[in-house]
Amino acid sequence: MTLWIIQRLLQAILVALAMALIVFVGLHLIGSPIETLLPPEATHDDRLRLIADLGLDRPLYEQFFLFLKGLLQGNLGVSYVYKEPAVELILSRLPATLELAFAAVLLSLIVGVPLGLAAGWKPDSLFARIIMIGSIFGFSLPIFWIAILLIMIFSVQLGWLPSSGRGATEIIFGIPWSFVTLDGLRHMLLPAVSLSLFNISMVTRLTEAGVREAMSSEYVRFARAKGLSPRRILSVHVLKNVMIPVVTVVGLDIGQTIAFSVVTETIFAWPGVGKIIIDSIAALDRPVIVAYLMLVVIMFVIINLVVDVTYRLLDPRIRLQGE
Amino acid sequence: MLEINGLKTEVVTEQGNVTLIDDINLNLAAGEVMGLVGESGSGKSVTGLSIMGLLDKPVQVTGGQILFKGRDLRKLSQKELRSIRGNRIAMIFQDPMSTLNPVLRIDTQMMEAVRTHESVSKQAAWERARDALGMVGIPSPEERLSAYPHQFSGGMRQRVAIAIALLMSPDLIIADEPTTALDVTIQAQILSIVQKLAREKGMALIWVTHDLSVVAGLAEKLSVMYAGRIVEQGSTADLLRRPLHPYTNGLIASLPAHNERGSRLKQISGTTPSVANMPKGCAFRPRCSSATEICFDPPALEAVEGRLLRCFHPVMEGAPS
Repeated sequence: MTLWIIQRLLQAILVALAMALIVFVGLHLIGSPIETLLPPEATHDDRLRLIADLGLDRPLYEQFFLFLKGLLQGNLGVSYVYKEPAVELILSRLPATLELAFAAVLLSLIVGVPLGLAAGWKPDSLFARIIMIGSIFGFSLPIFWIAILLIMIFSVQLGWLPSSGRGATEIIFGIPWSFVTLDGLRHMLLPAVSLSLFNISMVTRLTEAGVREAMSSEYVRFARAKGLSPRRILSVHVLKNVMIPVVTVVGLDIGQTIAFSVVTETIFAWPGVGKIIIDSIAALDRPVIVAYLMLVVIMFVIINLVVDVTYRLLDPRIRLQGE
Repeated sequence: MLEINGLKTEVVTEQGNVTLIDDINLNLAAGEVMGLVGESGSGKSVTGLSIMGLLDKPVQVTGGQILFKGRDLRKLSQKELRSIRGNRIAMIFQDPMSTLNPVLRIDTQMMEAVRTHESVSKQAAWERARDALGMVGIPSPEERLSAYPHQFSGGMRQRVAIAIALLMSPDLIIADEPTTALDVTIQAQILSIVQKLAREKGMALIWVTHDLSVVAGLAEKLSVMYAGRIVEQGSTADLLRRPLHPYTNGLIASLPAHNERGSRLKQISGTTPSVANMPKGCAFRPRCSSATEICFDPPALEAVEGRLLRCFHPVMEGAPS
């Protein structure tokens, strides 16, 4: 297992390097930031000085190595717009986004798996049909519409939950978090629910399909022949098999959820990276875009690593190879 | 100990019912071994599953009695039935590659079977699992207990399944073609293990198979099924020596060992009828050489020469087999 994890880590570093190259090349393709940065009355000398300051006069490969060096030191330049180091800028906003995305994914597992189990256990029941039809709505309704609807009902009509901002936060490890305070949780609930509705539907359907397949399998029949209770069969024999595809999809989906959170953050005025990245793209604020992209790459690589490890814990057949 | 009267199992749909097995009568004393023989689709497995109450909708037992130690299993609640399943009646299935849960360790799958029926400590359950594995001839059972199913070969997995069936020392084991998916050499091993253990522990055994040669040395009694009905039932020795039903006769004649070297292998012409399209009267009539007009009426299961027979035209003494 240790050897395997080291191998996987090396692979992950290679992926990150490849992505760094792609990001770098991609940025050079979208053009020079000089025009956006210079004030209209700038002289030719100002222009040359700015080019030298940004290192844009050096050869491309040198720029790339400088970029890599900066990446390793956690220094990807200063935002042209905010005049703050780009990495710090992103990092200061990232926890809010991560918090929201993980809350949504957690919600989708907590709600989706039991619903899927129930629907798969008795697929002909009215309850199962309601769940399955409901999940189609969860799939097809756009997030922004659900978000607005939730605000209309719970904030405007009923006045139960706040509709914007993070609420009270508490600093843990130097980072402000909302989920540790009651007020923060109240603020998080609506955006998390609207962000998770798609995921809940997906997890529910995935679990339901898995349960139905498992229920007709020979090992469930054998488990029944042993006299096991339905509860034990469902919660041990079926669940463990069903979780394998669910973990894969949910793992991949964490990235999706972070991407989707751009919309949700905008609607609920949630101060995450979604808002900042949209602004930065509009202003061609290169360091911020690069920092964001690289952080997303690193995040994806880490998520995939975690999924792979979880996979092995769940499925002994994968665990065996290479050990 | 087990007495089945007029068991009927059907596929129940809104458009009407399709009969899978009908008029099944079985009688099994404690410690007795019975072979349940028939072609694919003759309803052998359905019979086994009906006894266990393991049928999935829309298949349902719709008639008859299944008396186990005087109690009708059909009248028990799900909970009462579960306390018998795996405890007093155990079942072994055909494909050992798919009967064990791939993501659970062997010890988990064995200990849960013990602890469902008896409140014993984990340690005691573990010891019993280890002993059961030893009994079916798995080397170093302590280590193998913490293995996963995919780390066993097919034959070893079937041994594990048998060990699980043996855990509670049941009164009856229903073995649904447990050797069909295995190599011939492994088949022989499994057969001898089960035979020995059944004898030692005084367990009754219903051995479902399509292979006459498998049950010939194993079972005292034989029930031959055709198209969902028992066509002949009696002592194995009698039935094999002198089959009365044309179908049993054909089955025995089809065994390659009964043919002369170099001659064409015998076969029963035609195929088993489908359940949705049963011939009128005797189901074997279209394939039977001695069928006459009377065979358009359904024959009843009647006592003939110390056995039960469902035929108007029993095979005559001295007839070519």
